[in-house]
Amino acid sequence: MKKNYWKRFYNWFDDRIQFEDIIQFAAKKYVPVHSHSIWYYFGGVTLFLFIIQVVTGILLLLYYKGSEDLAFESIQYIMTEVQFGWLIRSVHSWSANLMVLAAFIHMFSVYFTRAYRKPREITWVTGMLMLFLAMGFGFSGYLLPWNELAFFATKVGTDIAGVIPVIGKPMLEFLRGGEDVTGATLSRFFGFHVAVMPAIFTVLLGIHLILVQRQGMSEPIEYEDKPEKEKKSMPFFPNFLLRDLLFWLIVLNIVALLAVLFPWELGVKADPFASAPAGIKPEWYFMFMFQTLKYIPAHVLFFDGEVLGILLFSAAGLLWTLVPFWDRKTLRGEKTRFINYLGIFAIVYIILLTVLGYLE
Amino acid sequence: MEVDKNKRNFLKYVLGGSLTALAAMIFYPIVEYLKPPKTKSAEVSSVKIGKVNEIPNDSSLMFRFGTKPGILVRTQNGEFRAFEATCTHLDCTVQFKQEMGVIWCACHNGKFDLHGRNISGPPPRPLTPYKVNIQGEDIFVSKI
Ligand code: FES
Repeated sequence: MKKNYWKRFYNWFDDRIQFEDIIQFAAKKYVPVHSHSIWYYFGGVTLFLFIIQVVTGILLLLYYKGSEDLAFESIQYIMTEVQFGWLIRSVHSWSANLMVLAAFIHMFSVYFTRAYRKPREITWVTGMLMLFLAMGFGFSGYLLPWNELAFFATKVGTDIAGVIPVIGKPMLEFLRGGEDVTGATLSRFFGFHVAVMPAIFTVLLGIHLILVQRQGMSEPIEYEDKPEKEKKSMPFFPNFLLRDLLFWLIVLNIVALLAVLFPWELGVKADPFASAPAGIKPEWYFMFMFQTLKYIPAHVLFFDGEVLGILLFSAAGLLWTLVPFWDRKTLRGEKTRFINYLGIFAIVYIILLTVLGYLE
Repeated sequence: MEVDKNKRNFLKYVLGGSLTALAAMIFYPIVEYLKPPKTKSAEVSSVKIGKVNEIPNDSSLMFRFGTKPGILVRTQNGEFRAFEATCTHLDCTVQFKQEMGVIWCACHNGKFDLHGRNISGPPPRPLTPYKVNIQGEDIFVSKI
């Protein structure tokens, strides 16, 4: 009886949607198995952390107030009065940081396995854009509690944007909502953080995921060249999916542990007329750029040190995003060491400068 | 045939022109809306910030000047000096460091002497000074 009921329920939808194709597609989907297979999971992990961000973000929205007078107090309220408010906020902060980390790992693994090569250029570019957006999420979200550290970090961060020739000044005013970092800046960042950026991110994510489904997992070059018989693979459904879910469970546990054992601090409320305290730092994923700016002399030739730094980083980011288009050798099927050296240099540079930044 | 082509071109321009005009009509207000209006309250010319006997020698006081933070320093020999407290490097707010006898910026360890001159660290320019006026017991600060 009960079974019958379900069957009819299913059939009603099947009549209208034709699940057949989807089931066929899922049944035929295979994931290559090789020594680098582990990296396949990091895209999924990033996605999972993003889902956590959406859920906890919406929960925080129920109590958060995005204004100069109320922002700090509303988070204090969430953390002390609202049941499990401390947990939700702590998870949101931790998961945000882990998401950026997972996205970086995912990006580098794709880079080193050359998975960006034809036909996956669009997947790579949308992925890079999402990585930049994730950093934007971090930068705007950092200010929302309106505490002292975030206030001055935002002042410095937006002021750096302002030194870019020609477009810098209008951009600074656009970001800050005026000349200075004020409540107007908070309103804007709040709007970017919960409306503008999620909308753009969702579109990019949609394209990214559809492409991954349509094109399947990229095979590393060595694997691709193997004779068909030696290629190992596993069905996506259920084998890979279950492993994916296992990873998600592990990540969920890590997030929960971090959020409970190291609750995210709120700090001191920002006072725009007080002096900056010692220890102003950006979020860790901006640290390497921030630290670089300290080492560039105040003036290099005709450039201000900061201007030069920003131009260099922008150029590097652009080149990195466009790698599928200029890496001609991989395209022709030749081996290229240069890509590896460049990638290793980038990783070493980022780690080194980040450590230096925290040692000071 | 000729006529047709002309007609088509004409239509193309009319259509293209109207679409451009439509786009401009939609985006112009949006772009203008995004520019924050200039704040009027910023026009402060002078503020009273305290009394002489409230500020001992070799100490300082933070005050607000319109929308900007300011810093008043009283030197060891009792002289008053006031500056915009905004660091000329990347916009942090400076503080008086008594032990070092300098005005210090915590963000990147920039230092200014008590005349506001940038003496070490990344700040590229001196602090902007204010004029200090003592009237009786009251300290007034104004733009130069
Ligand atoms: S902002 Fe003052 S030293 Fe950088």
